[in-house]
Amino acid sequence: MPTTAPAFADATASDSALRRFLHGLPGVDTVGLEARAASLGTRSIKTTAKAYAIDLAISMIDLTTLEGADTPGKVRALAAKAVHPDPTDRTTPRTAAVCVYPDMAATAAAALVGSGVKVASVATAFPAGRAALDVKLADVRDAVAAGADEIDMVIDRGAFLSGRYLKVYEEIVAVKAECGSARLKVIFETGELSTYDNIRRASWLGMLAGADFIKTSTGKVGTNATPANTLLMLEAVRDFREQTGVQIGVKPAGGIRTTKDAIKFLVLVNETVGEDWLDNHWFRFGASSLLNDLLMQRQKLSTGRYSGPDYVTVD
Amino acid sequence: MSDGRLSVFKTYKLYVGGKFPRSESGRVYEVTDSKGKWLANAPQSSRKDARDAVVASRKAFGGWSGATAYNRGQILYRVAEMLEGRREQFAREVADAEGLSKSKAAAVVDAAVDRWVWYAGWTDKIGQVVGGANPVAGPFFNLSTPEPTGVVAVLAPQDSSFLGLVSVIAPVIATGNTAIVIASARAPLPALSLGEVLATSDLPGGVVNILSGKTAELAAPLASHQDVNAIDLTGADAGLAKELEIAAADNLKRTLRPQAVDTGDWSADPGTRRLTAFLETKTVWHPTGALGASGSSY
Amino acid sequence: MASAFDYAPAPESRSVVDIAPSYGLFIDGEFTEAADGKVFKTVSPSTEEVLSEVARAGTEDVDRAVKAARKAFGTWSALPGSERAKYLFRIARIIQERSRELAVLETLDNGKPIRETRDADLPLVAAHFFYYAGWADKLDHAGYGANPRPLGVAGQVIPWNFPLLMLAWKIAPALATGNTVVLKPAETTPLSALFFADICRQAGLPKGVVNILTGYGDAGEALVSHPDVNKVAFTGSTAVGKAIARQIAGTDKKATLELGGKGANIVFDDAPVDQAVEGIVTGIFFNQGQVCCAGSRLLVQESVHDEVLHALKRRLSTLRLGDPLDKNTDIGAINSAEQLARISALVETGEAEGAERWSAPCELPSAGYWFAPTLFTGVTQAHTVARDEIFGPVLSVLTFRTPDEAVAKANNTQYGLSAGIWTEKGSRILAVANKLRAGVVWANTFNKFDPTSPFGGYKESGFGREGGRHGLEAYLDV
Repeated sequence: MPTTAPAFADATASDSALRRFLHGLPGVDTVGLEARAASLGTRSIKTTAKAYAIDLAISMIDLTTLEGADTPGKVRALAAKAVHPDPTDRTTPRTAAVCVYPDMAATAAAALVGSGVKVASVATAFPAGRAALDVKLADVRDAVAAGADEIDMVIDRGAFLSGRYLKVYEEIVAVKAECGSARLKVIFETGELSTYDNIRRASWLGMLAGADFIKTSTGKVGTNATPANTLLMLEAVRDFREQTGVQIGVKPAGGIRTTKDAIKFLVLVNETVGEDWLDNHWFRFGASSLLNDLLMQRQKLSTGRYSGPDYVTVD
Repeated sequence: MSDGRLSVFKTYKLYVGGKFPRSESGRVYEVTDSKGKWLANAPQSSRKDARDAVVASRKAFGGWSGATAYNRGQILYRVAEMLEGRREQFAREVADAEGLSKSKAAAVVDAAVDRWVWYAGWTDKIGQVVGGANPVAGPFFNLSTPEPTGVVAVLAPQDSSFLGLVSVIAPVIATGNTAIVIASARAPLPALSLGEVLATSDLPGGVVNILSGKTAELAAPLASHQDVNAIDLTGADAGLAKELEIAAADNLKRTLRPQAVDTGDWSADPGTRRLTAFLETKTVWHPTGALGASGSSY
Repeated sequence: MASAFDYAPAPESRSVVDIAPSYGLFIDGEFTEAADGKVFKTVSPSTEEVLSEVARAGTEDVDRAVKAARKAFGTWSALPGSERAKYLFRIARIIQERSRELAVLETLDNGKPIRETRDADLPLVAAHFFYYAGWADKLDHAGYGANPRPLGVAGQVIPWNFPLLMLAWKIAPALATGNTVVLKPAETTPLSALFFADICRQAGLPKGVVNILTGYGDAGEALVSHPDVNKVAFTGSTAVGKAIARQIAGTDKKATLELGGKGANIVFDDAPVDQAVEGIVTGIFFNQGQVCCAGSRLLVQESVHDEVLHALKRRLSTLRLGDPLDKNTDIGAINSAEQLARISALVETGEAEGAERWSAPCELPSAGYWFAPTLFTGVTQAHTVARDEIFGPVLSVLTFRTPDEAVAKANNTQYGLSAGIWTEKGSRILAVANKLRAGVVWANTFNKFDPTSPFGGYKESGFGREGGRHGLEAYLDV
């Protein structure tokens, strides 16, 4: 069943209605958007604010491994790291989730039982999404059955770019139905959508179709999360909540590797949508190497000395 | 007259808003040739005539400044064509006004015709000469273009009743301004006749308005008029120019002071000084945005 | 703004700048006391702390400085352009080297946030000197004929809103073209000009080429009316601009006047709303709205009025007002008690005339001069706040129904400095930009500046252009 917010039921009534709606959204000026993102990037986050931001960022990480070479051993190691990111400091928060391919979901679930760390699984023929709908749905079904708490799906960019918005919408709706109680993250692959106008349209399309999270990218193409495209998606969830009362999460993924980067994203959240989103229920980082940099910065704050890569674990 | 026919005098009238009114004052003054012989009675314009001319100029400004540069050039060239056909009339009037020989007066008129041609050609070139794209350090397209200042009061030179007159009117209107011209007080007849040429040259009414009378009396209300944007003081002596410049400061009119060259030889190459004196530079910015390769979207 | 994510104080270090307890006038390459020994204090507007005591120039000092500039003019104007260029390049580089120090100094003396002095003022100051340095040996190719000559001694009077940037706008083109200058900074912001004098010393600039007179309006008046000044350049209020225009009437002095404004920022219903909101904020709250080209009138299409206002208020609630030296401060202090009083009085008038006032919720520091970001809705063309330049963080919001009405309202002012247009429709941008009577039109952006881009007003916003090739004309005898 479509879960479109009642306020916008008409928008998804037909392909042409959906197109009219999406093309009626306000345009995005590239330079202005990027300038705003860059300007927020100059915020200076020091001392107590930095300590808060680092712990918050750690707690928001979907610790990810999405490699052809993934093995149960690798996934178990990652799960252990998610639960105790810094073995030397048990006050370090856990990450939000571990993110794996569907065939590794069971392994991850077993390793994370009782930890509070969620299992996220990509699905729908990730990352290209070029498969028949029933194959994608089976992928989702498998992941959920294996214990995934969260499903990270990819949209059909081909359909989106050729203007078949209703096809994209219906696919998300179908996946959402397959998710059951699992939360659905909808990946746009913003680097392939190419324009900010498209990213805004995809955001609304995803939210109308019932996404719990909207997510920038797979991490598998040249351009992944950027401050600008994340800012734009934050504006979309802000506007969506104002108009429907429904709050949607945002997940930038790919390319966020340093504490400095992560803090910039948290500043974007703080000054665009505010503290309602400053929680890992509503904001995530799709990342892997980011965690170690956050841990080193955390050690620096607590010890006063700069840490080194040998003082954090390599998994 | 040799055949005993009594000639028909012309009643000289003002040229305001494309029409030929008598002065609102109902007054005229005697215009004589260089030897003191009566030539005609010229209207002695009043302050009310000056105000009417401002209204007419303002009304014409939108259309004239909005016309294409090509169109303005065509019209200025048309003025030259119309003038060419009335060379003899103007040669006679200039000879009378300035005490020149027939041949010298004819040369002056020819130069005036050529001046219209010179400025006709400028209308669609000045924008490229004084405007252009500015290479700003950022993702913006930035273009400066000249635009007409608006309504310009022009004190025509007192001595050069025709070539000087044309030399101060043409550059003002070539760029899209509209003008209120105070003709030479002593020798206004060529200016008043020019109105008849302008009226038959497709020049929209109100673009040029010609007043005759006492320069100081007419210039004062124009210099202080809040709906006049600029003033060309060429026809003012030093004392009057200073007084008018002070009045013009009330709404920060662009002021072209009398220059030494203005009292000299009007046949010299005019350059672009008079064109640019009544131009504003408008600079428009717009973001460009980056193209894909850098990873930016657009 | 109370939030879980409270930014800890992040103050820029004040120790990078060393302010002397007193400064003299900079005349003929030397710091010297005023002839009559008068001094005045300059305070930091965010704390009211006295920063230094500087000499107050009088008529005699003006005469001394003009004589020094006249004496220097001969050799300076006779230098090959390539040599003058190198002096200006040196100055540009030293400004870059000392930009942190100068940014902190400017923030202390002016009250504006360090974020702005660091990211806007100082980079533009250096860029301006770089730009005009390059012109000094290329004047033959600037379109003003062969071998265009300088005018002589330039008397320059600058305002307090962008002290060092306005100095750069004045001095760089003047020196590039071979003029010498006497410059008077505003009485509330004398320090950066005095530091600039030190930069001239470091650059080895010949003495007398640049002279700095700190002082009040009387010194400025004496300077522009000095008979041996050939060129007057003034940035400031329209009232003073008119007075200068009267003073120089009947002389040969060439003038450039950059005066007031009441810029219209026009938002159409198809605008990129989020960027438009940023542009509105930048337009009126950059530098606490103390900007002559501020977009102080928001003209918003009636059909999107509520939506835009809602977004604007939400955005204004996130502005961080406070210590200008804190790197996270968006809104600093008003420059002086006098300016604060003027802003307050106009805002009171706005309320008295029935416009609806809204101010961003923020706590104002107890010391110093502060005004919360404020907007007025329900404003019509007849309201004082829609007509008078407030020169503060106060936005007047008006509505329009059609593009024609927007243009008519935008142009319905005695000013003509700046305007903004927000729409996604290209032809509408060009059509509206064409009809606006303003010297700078920002389409889908606002308050952007660049040394290559001519800046200046129509109508009572002044005349002449600063910046770009156009800016050379003001200092050449052409």
